[in-house]
Order: sequence, then C-alpha cells, then structure tokens
Amino acid sequence: MFANFDFSVILTSLRYLFLDGMTFTLTLTALAAVGGVVLGTLIAMMRLSGLPVLPQVAKVYVNFMRSLPLVLVIFWFYFLVPYIGQWATGAERPIQVGAFTSSLVTFTLFEAAYFSEIMRAGIQSIPRGQAAAASALGLTYWQSMSTVILPQAFRNMLPVLLTQTIVLFQDTSLVYVLSITDFLGAASKVAQRDGRLVEMYLFAAVVYFAVCFVASLLVRRLQRRVAIIR
Amino acid sequence: MTSSAMPPPATAPEPQRPGAGAPPSSPVAAPLAGPAPAAAAGVPMIAIDQVSKWYGDFQVLTNCTTSVVKGEVVVVCGPSGSGKSTLIKCVNALEPFQKGQITVDGTKVVDRRTNLPQLRSRVGMVFQHFELFPHLSITGNLSLAQRKVLGRGREEAEAKGMALLERVGLKAHAHKFPGQLSGGQQQRVAIARALAMNPVVMLFDEPTSALDPEMVGEVLDVMVELAREGMTMMVVTHEMGFARKVANRVIFMDRGEIVEDARKEDFFGSPRSERAQTFLSKILSH
Repeated sequence: MFANFDFSVILTSLRYLFLDGMTFTLTLTALAAVGGVVLGTLIAMMRLSGLPVLPQVAKVYVNFMRSLPLVLVIFWFYFLVPYIGQWATGAERPIQVGAFTSSLVTFTLFEAAYFSEIMRAGIQSIPRGQAAAASALGLTYWQSMSTVILPQAFRNMLPVLLTQTIVLFQDTSLVYVLSITDFLGAASKVAQRDGRLVEMYLFAAVVYFAVCFVASLLVRRLQRRVAIIR
Repeated sequence: MTSSAMPPPATAPEPQRPGAGAPPSSPVAAPLAGPAPAAAAGVPMIAIDQVSKWYGDFQVLTNCTTSVVKGEVVVVCGPSGSGKSTLIKCVNALEPFQKGQITVDGTKVVDRRTNLPQLRSRVGMVFQHFELFPHLSITGNLSLAQRKVLGRGREEAEAKGMALLERVGLKAHAHKFPGQLSGGQQQRVAIARALAMNPVVMLFDEPTSALDPEMVGEVLDVMVELAREGMTMMVVTHEMGFARKVANRVIFMDRGEIVEDARKEDFFGSPRSERAQTFLSKILSH
C-alpha cells in the first residue's frame, strides 16, 4: 500500500525538521517548563500561605487558566498583548511582541497553573512536623521552604512534574496557529510544499511518540534513583 | 545503648546543677510565691503567665501559669488531650495562643518586636516523631540550621555536629540518611541537632512516645546526661522513671489546666489533687 508514497522526502528535509523545528520545540518546552515550575511553585506557596487575599488570588488564577483551551490562550496573548502593552505604556502603536516571546510567555503562564497544582500536592505531602522542626531550629519561612519543604516536595513530585513536561512538549505543537516553525510546523510546511502529507505527518507522529516514550522510561528510572529513603 | 557509652563531660562532676548553690531539690516549687531565696540563681528561663488558647470554641488551655528556672528540669505529665504538648509548643510559638504571655530568657513570645526565628534558634526542641529532614544526611541535618541561622561556616558546623554525634554515640552514622537509622538513633540525632544551636533551654515533646520499648532507654540516657550537665529542660513525657531520676518539679495537667505544680518529692509522695492521684495510680500500677 505504500507504493505511491515517497519517504525520501523525510531524508532530504531532516536538517530543516530537526535543526529548525525540533530545536525550537525543545527550547520552548525547556524554558516554559522551568518558568512554569518556578511560577507554579510561587502560586502554590501563595495558595497555601494562609495569608489574607493571596490564596484567593492564586485560586482564581489557577481555575481561570485551567478552564480555557490552550489554543485560545495562545491566540489571545499573541493578538491582545500588543494592545494591552500599548494601553499600559501609553505608546502610540501596539507594542510588538515576537512570536517566540509571546508563545514562551503564554506557555509559562498556562503551565504554571498546572504545575502549581502539582506543587501544592507536593508541599501538602510533606508532614507538618517538618515545617515545625524547621521553624523550631530558627529557620525563617523562606529558609524552611527552600531548604526543607521544597526539596522534598520536588523529589516527591518529580515524576509528575516530568510527565506534565512531556504533555507540554506535545502541546507546544499548538504554536502552529501563530505560523511558527516548530517541529510539527516544519513537517507541515515540507508536507504541503512537496505534496507529501501522509509521509510527513506519519514521520512527525513517530518522532513525537519516540521522544515521549523514551522520556517516560527515563522518568521511571529517575524516580527510583531520587526516591527519599523513609 | 547504656549510659556508660556516653561518659559525662568533665565539667559536670556531680549530678547537681552547676551555678546553683542549692541542692537539686531546692525550693523552686513555688514560682508564684515571690522571689524565693534560691531565685538568686533562679532567673526564670521560661515564664508562662496566664496562657489561654482556643481552637474555635474549644478551650485547650486555661490560665496556665508556671515557670522554669535556669538549670531546672520540669516534667509535664497528664492524660492525653490534657494540653501538655500544646503548652510546650506555645513556648517557642509553634502554636499561637490568644491570651496571656510567655517570656523566654527575657524575650516576650507575643510581641511584634520579637524576632521569632531568632528566639526559636535559642530554644531547642525535640519532637515525638523526630522530624529529621529525610532528604539530608545526618551531617546535613546537624549543620543546616547552624549555617543558615547562626551563619557558621561549613567546617565549623560539621565539626560541632560531629562532636555532638559522638556525645550521643552515633559518630559512625554521620554519612547515613535518617531513614537508615532506628527510631532511637533518629531521636538521638534530633537531640544532637537541637543542641548544635547552643540552646539556652531544651523542650521535649513526648520524645519517647513513638519509640519501640527497647529504644526508650537509649534516648532517656541522653536526656538524663543532659539534665545532669545543667541544661534547662521542659519535658512532656509519661516516663515517670525519668521524672523520678532527674526532674526538679512535676507539672500535672488535665483538661487544659495546670492542676498540680509541685516539687518532684511532693508530687510522687502525696499529690494534692485527686486527678493527679488517679493518673499516677493508672500509669504506675503496671
């Protein structure tokens, strides 16, 4: 059945697919994951702080982000942020934000909502006595968080954080709506130029599967190595 | 482990408080009866004044008043739910309270100007469930707060930690993680961790309650040693043998109130309150 297909198009476009496409995808995934975890951890800390107002703000943010489709958020940011920037700074023209910056900010903010729920569970999984012991030794809230609670929470949640990052890796393909050349975008462009849609989309699927499958295996191995002895 | 594994330091020749001219059974039993003669050495290290605490409508502490003098060992006992753990956690403000005041070494616990982390760093606390940090090695556990709170360098903190580990007989375990130690060993590390901060007073919140019976002794030995060196200690425990051995005073709590606050001899001799008598007969009958 593959007689009419020409898979050599994959070989000839490999450089473009990986050097342009995959590089962008991985860069966006890595930066958004790091930013999302950092921001998400702060949101989780706000939510658990017990201070006035802050927990509500965190809760509204998380629920808002989680009830919007990602594609919509990507659009929204790309087309509205220049106008918001213009309004905020009082500039004459809409502030130009590049597609990469825009998508990075979008993914960071969006993923932070999900990462914050993971980190919230992670922080809550640490027995209260640990925070009490840290306080009793004279550690301040920030010291206790950074040296006692969060390191343990990260370790407990690392598999889930990485699994979420794998989902993020797949989700980055949605930047096609901004016509950005990520891996899928590159594959799609070649496919349409050469009329080799089936070949390129098959190849893209295989690559996504391979990357995610291998990453999942690594996560499982890592999980065994970082587990805290209890 | 027996106490022979931990030789008493040269500075504590006798099982008697250094500095206090009075014998261990000195009349510190009546902290409210004005400055007693022994109060020359008896500056209250912990003064608990009319402390009340509520969880919602439920009152857990009612007008608790007592004090612990420098060098004194006070045992707090009572039935479960009597508020003794809550009271001891109020001393270093791990538990907030709504009424009254606690003063630790001259510093008010309820005061905006009080730097709580700094106050807590001078009050050692040992928990029922040890609460060692499982992601850090024993050495890491011992040096973390020394470095972060007291600003000691790595070498100094680790040397101090090692010296204390040797004191509790666990030097060989320094590189291990808490999960690799037995309960008794973990609790001894926890005591060493608290001592590493050079506390002026040590609080023990049921330090042997979570231990298997055969490990209770090794922890109590460390605590007895500490008491004999003159450490000021407030100990919530059911170990009446420990109270008999080293306590100066025994506080008996029931339903959030301090029912009895007496010299050890008086408490074990003839407790004045019926509730204390019932309690003692229950736990001493076996």
